[in-house]
Amino acid sequence: MDRISILARGAALAVFAPLCVPAQAATGNVFNPKISLILSGQYAHYSNDAEAEMPGVVLGPETEFKTSGFSLGESELVMESNIDDRFHGWATVAFENEGGETVVAVEEAYINTLSLPYGLAVKLGRFYSDVGYQNHQHPHAWEFADAPLVYRTFLANQLGDDGAQVRWLAPTDVFLEFGTELLRGDGFPAGGDQRDGIEAWTAFTHIGGDVGSGGSWRVGLWHFDGNAVDRRSGEDVETGFTGDSRIDGIDLVYKWAPDGNPLVRNLVLQAEAMRRSEKGTVVYDPDGSGDTSAYDGDQFGWYVQGVYQFMPRWRVGLRYDRLSASNSVANPVADTSLALLADDASTPQRYSAMVDFSNSEFSRFRIQYNRDESRPDGEDADNQFIVQYIVSMGAHPAHQF
Amino acid sequence: MMKTISGAFAAVLLLLTQPAAAQLKVFACEAEWAALASALGGDNVDVYAATTALQDVHKIQPRPSLIAKYRKADLLVCTGAELELGWLPQLIEKGNNAQLNPGAPGNFEASRYVTMLEIPAKIDRAQGDVHPYGNPHIQTDPRNIGKVAKPLADKLAELDPAHAADYARRYQDFNTRWTAAVDKWTAAAAPLKGVPVISGHKAWAYLYDWLGIREVATLEAKPGIPPSGAHLQELLGGLKTQPAKMIVYAAYQDHKPIEWMAEHSGLPTAELPFSPGGAKGTDNDLFATFDVTVQRLLDAAKQSPQS
Repeated sequence: MDRISILARGAALAVFAPLCVPAQAATGNVFNPKISLILSGQYAHYSNDAEAEMPGVVLGPETEFKTSGFSLGESELVMESNIDDRFHGWATVAFENEGGETVVAVEEAYINTLSLPYGLAVKLGRFYSDVGYQNHQHPHAWEFADAPLVYRTFLANQLGDDGAQVRWLAPTDVFLEFGTELLRGDGFPAGGDQRDGIEAWTAFTHIGGDVGSGGSWRVGLWHFDGNAVDRRSGEDVETGFTGDSRIDGIDLVYKWAPDGNPLVRNLVLQAEAMRRSEKGTVVYDPDGSGDTSAYDGDQFGWYVQGVYQFMPRWRVGLRYDRLSASNSVANPVADTSLALLADDASTPQRYSAMVDFSNSEFSRFRIQYNRDESRPDGEDADNQFIVQYIVSMGAHPAHQF
Repeated sequence: MMKTISGAFAAVLLLLTQPAAAQLKVFACEAEWAALASALGGDNVDVYAATTALQDVHKIQPRPSLIAKYRKADLLVCTGAELELGWLPQLIEKGNNAQLNPGAPGNFEASRYVTMLEIPAKIDRAQGDVHPYGNPHIQTDPRNIGKVAKPLADKLAELDPAHAADYARRYQDFNTRWTAAVDKWTAAAAPLKGVPVISGHKAWAYLYDWLGIREVATLEAKPGIPPSGAHLQELLGGLKTQPAKMIVYAAYQDHKPIEWMAEHSGLPTAELPFSPGGAKGTDNDLFATFDVTVQRLLDAAKQSPQS
C-alpha cells in the first residue's frame, strides 16, 4: 500500500472535530464525570536573587516568584459533570510546588444551578470569584506564565473563597449581568482568625457585545469588601494585618479575529485597574518582636496586555504592569515590613514579552521575558526568563470568554 | 460607577416593561439551521445565527453577545454530536436559560435525526481531534437537511401551537421543493462519482457519501492539527502513485496550505460554502448553497488534468 492511502486510512479513523472531546468510549463509564488533567512545568531564571518583596504593600501568601531552575508548575485535575437535571458540579484539585514542597490543594469545588427561572443562577462551594477579568481563569489559561502585579499584590494572585454566588442575567440584547458573592473571608486580602460568618463579599456587573463581524468586548465593574483578623503574609518572617480591605476594580477585554474566525489570526487585548484601601493595624513578626503600627493605605495598580496570533499555532504577547501607593504607617520600624509598607514613593513596574506555540488545542509551549522593577528602590532590575509547557489531557471543559 | 449602574438598571427596567415579541426566538448554532428554521418558520420566528460560514464552528468564543442572545431564546437548534463542545457548555452555564437545557423542550439537536458517519473505533488524541459520536458535519449532504426539516417543523409547532398549521404548510412546501432540488443536484453531479479528491479538512464525509466522491488524502495529517510543510511535501510526492483530481476545502479554512498544494500539484481547487453564507449569494439560502457546491465541484472536475 502506498503512503498516501495509509495516511488517508489513518485519518479516516479520526474525525475533524471540536476543541474538546470527552474520552468516554462505549464502556460502562458514560456517567462518570468528565475528567481532565492539566500538566505544566517550567524552567525559570532570575538575574536578581533578592527576596521578591515590593514597596508600599504587604504581600499575601504564595506570592513568591516561581522557583528558580526546573520546577513543576500548577498541575490540575479537573472533574465536572451534571449532577441531575438541575445541578452541575465542578472540582479542581491542584498540585503545586511551594518552596520545593509539593502541595495538594482544592482550588475549586462547587455546584451550580442549571434551571432557575428569570435568568438567575446560584453557585455554592469553593470557587474563583467572578470579579475582574483574569480572576476566574485557571493559571493554565493565563496568557502569561505569571499573574499581573496588581493580582499578585492585591489578591495574592487570585481571589478564591468558600461561599455563595448569585448572578442575574438581564433579558437584553446587550449582554448585561449582575452578581454578588457572600464569602467566608479566607481568601486574601481578607483572612485570618474568627471566620465565623460572612467576612467578605463582592458585587460585580458585566456589560458586553460585538463590534462588527470580528470584534467582541466586555467591561466589568466590581467591588470587594473584606475583613481581616491577624491575616498573615506567608513570608519567612510574617506580618499580620487586622482591619478592613476594600477594592474597586474595572476590567476591559476586547477580542478580535477576521470575520470572527480565529483560526489563522486573532487578537486579545485586556486591561484592568484596581484601587485598594486598607485600614487597620499591622504587626511585624507577631510571633517574635511584635512591632505594631496603625496603617491607613491606598494602593492603585493596573496592567494592560495584548496577545496576537500571527499565524496558526504561534502567538506573541506584550504586557505592562504598574503600581503606586499612598500609605500612612504610624510606626515604620526600620528594616521591617512596616518600613517597606511606608515606602510609597516608588512605583513598582514590569515589562513582559512572550511567544507561545500550540501544537494543538491541547498543548502549548511558552517563552517569557520580564524586566521586573517591582522591588524597592536601590534594587537592580530583575531580568526574568521563564520557559513553560502546558498540556491538557482528557475532556477539558470549554473556557469562558 | 453608581451612575453607570443605576443607568443600566433603568435600561433593564425599560426593556422588561416592553411587551414580549410574539415571534418564537430561535438561536441557531450554525447558519444551515438558521436558514432551515427561517424557511420553516417564516414570519412566525425570529432567527439568530450564532456563527457564520466564515467561522470554524469548533473554535467559537462564548462571547457576551452570544450569552445575551441565548438568554432570550425560546428554541436552540444545533448540530449536536459535540460539534459545539468548545463553546455551547459555556452558554448553557452562563446563559441562565433553563428552557434550552439538554433534554428540555427548547433544545433541538439535528444530528439525532440522521445516520452518523465515521464513528471512530478507537479514541486517542494521538489521532488528532477525534470525535466519539461520529463526524458532526452532517449538513454537507442535502438529504440530511431533508431529514431534519420534519422534526424541526414539528418542534416549532410544539413550542408555538398557535401557528402549528402554518408550520405544517411551510414544511410541505419546503419538502416538495427540497426533494425536487436534491434530485436535480444528484443528477447534475453524476460525473463526480468515483472522482478522487484531496480535502483541506476531514469535513466532507457526508458530501462524499452522497455523491460517491473518493477522498484519497487530507491536507491535515491529523484532524484539527494544522498541516506542516513536511506533510504537504509528503502528500505531493504521494500524488504520483495516488492521483487526485482536485482539492476541496471550506471557505473558512486557512487558504495558505491549499494555495501551496494547488500551485505545486497543478490541481484545481473547489472552495465550497460549507454553510449558507460561505459563498456569494448563499446567505441564509440552503438551495443556493447546494447550487454553488455542486457547480464548483463540476467546474473543478472540468479543469482537472486528464490522467
